[in-house]
Amino acid sequence: MALLELDDLRARYGETDVLHGITLSVEPGAIVAILGANGAGKTTTFRAITGAIPTSGAVRFDGRPIKGNSPEAAARLGIAHVPEGRGTLAALTVRENLALGAFTQKDSKRTRATYERVVSYFPRLAERCNQAAGTLSGGEQQMLAIGRALMMEPRLMLLDEPSLGLAPLIVREIFALLERINKSDGVTILVSEQNAKLALAAASHAYVLETGRIAVSGPSADLNRDDAVRKSYLGY
Amino acid sequence: MCFLQRSEASPRREAAGNRGAKDLRPSSGCAQAFFEREELHIQELAQQVVSGLATGSIFASLALALVLIYRSMDVINFAQGELAMFTTFIAWQFTEQGMPLWAAFAATMAISFAGAVALERIVIRPIERAPQLTIVIVTLGLLIIFNGLAGWIWGYELKSFPSPFPTAPIHAGNVTFSSQDLGVIGVTLAALLLIYLFFSRTKLGLAMRAAALYPAESRVLGIPQGWMLALGWGLAAVMGTLSGLMVAPIVFLDPNMMQSIVVYAFAAAVLGGIDSPVGAVVGGLVLGVTLNLLGTYVDFIGTDLRLPVAFAIIVGVLVVRPSGMFGHRRLTRV
Repeated sequence: MALLELDDLRARYGETDVLHGITLSVEPGAIVAILGANGAGKTTTFRAITGAIPTSGAVRFDGRPIKGNSPEAAARLGIAHVPEGRGTLAALTVRENLALGAFTQKDSKRTRATYERVVSYFPRLAERCNQAAGTLSGGEQQMLAIGRALMMEPRLMLLDEPSLGLAPLIVREIFALLERINKSDGVTILVSEQNAKLALAAASHAYVLETGRIAVSGPSADLNRDDAVRKSYLGY
Repeated sequence: MCFLQRSEASPRREAAGNRGAKDLRPSSGCAQAFFEREELHIQELAQQVVSGLATGSIFASLALALVLIYRSMDVINFAQGELAMFTTFIAWQFTEQGMPLWAAFAATMAISFAGAVALERIVIRPIERAPQLTIVIVTLGLLIIFNGLAGWIWGYELKSFPSPFPTAPIHAGNVTFSSQDLGVIGVTLAALLLIYLFFSRTKLGLAMRAAALYPAESRVLGIPQGWMLALGWGLAAVMGTLSGLMVAPIVFLDPNMMQSIVVYAFAAAVLGGIDSPVGAVVGGLVLGVTLNLLGTYVDFIGTDLRLPVAFAIIVGVLVVRPSGMFGHRRLTRV
């Protein structure tokens, strides 16, 4: 059974329809990419999944609709959303940011162990643990956002454009870490990207979003091989 | 803490009288008389400063209550003072029924916490996302309701409220301090320390800070925004109640007891920076000492002009430095 299923998900801002019926599914343990240009609806899709905006259509996590349909409820179910702009709590320290990632966790011993693991992925976070999160560089903030999401011990991680505004070298580093996290922690990842090449390399499956609709979807290898798809949607 | 007292005698005049009496004593020489007088000045100053710190800590508690709510909702809870007055009446009721004073205080704190949480859930929750003006109007409504309710239940005549502190003054060297003043300062500092530890050391406190500063981001982390807000109301009410319990033995208890105190608290919060808890405390203490010294040493201010001075401080700070001493300047992109 799919871990996450969207069935004809629709959303609008005011009078404007932004999502015109998104249907997709994410298998447990997979990395799935949502590709698309600015304004294609990637961020809105994520916000719709976590219930941050009103929607119609179905979102099923683990076969069940998300009760309460709010970001808090989604977090409690184990959906960690790394939002656009990374959701850094700028005035709080790196350590406090990480601690809040574990807000839904009750077992403090386990949280400590998770913290050690997160810090092993991102040693730089440990070096800066008492620094205000807002003073970190963009790449470090992205690492903090991923680390904080991991503190939740999520089953599903939603990553909204992790490459945004970062140097190519750091982006590659982050994607390598995502693959590592996916393998060793067993976290299922749904990642949205404009950087199609990189995302397709990491993901097993991808959906190409165009103005609120899914234009193409399929296994990453197939999308990569298809010249027409590559030229018209992926831009390389 | 003289100026909260409803006495007509100016402390300045009393102090001057004492000094005059001492000056009449025969002294061996001019120099000695000069030094004695100098020492008296310093003693008086020390007393006035401590007295100011005591009033200041009462302002600080209530200012902190205002700031706690302002940080999470961007509005001033105008009912904060009246809530404090109401819960102080509850404490008074308990003591009237023979409950020991500190037990009555503890019970009142618990009631004000639970009551304010319930108030937030029932009255504020439905308008949480309404424009700020709506919330302000609702808090003004609460102000009137609680004021009227207290008058209806307990009447408008002044009631004396027992002081939890001994009446015997405390001598430190040549200086004499009132136990009341020192007690108020001590209890307030202890409460502030607890609040500080709660916000800096506990996960819940941290979550409340995050929810106030970054509502959208913290919801994503699973922090229930609404409940954090309600807890904030609870804590604010506890700090407000503390100010009520500390001020009631000094000014007598009546339904209008907190109305000037809340203006001072607002002045303190603005002075310190309306979104800064540290600012509220420092602002409260600075305001208390300043007003006390102004009232003592500047004749025309006396006891009558202190409230206008508080208003002048509010206006002055808002004009010159709207973010206060410790607040954050808010930048809005247009």
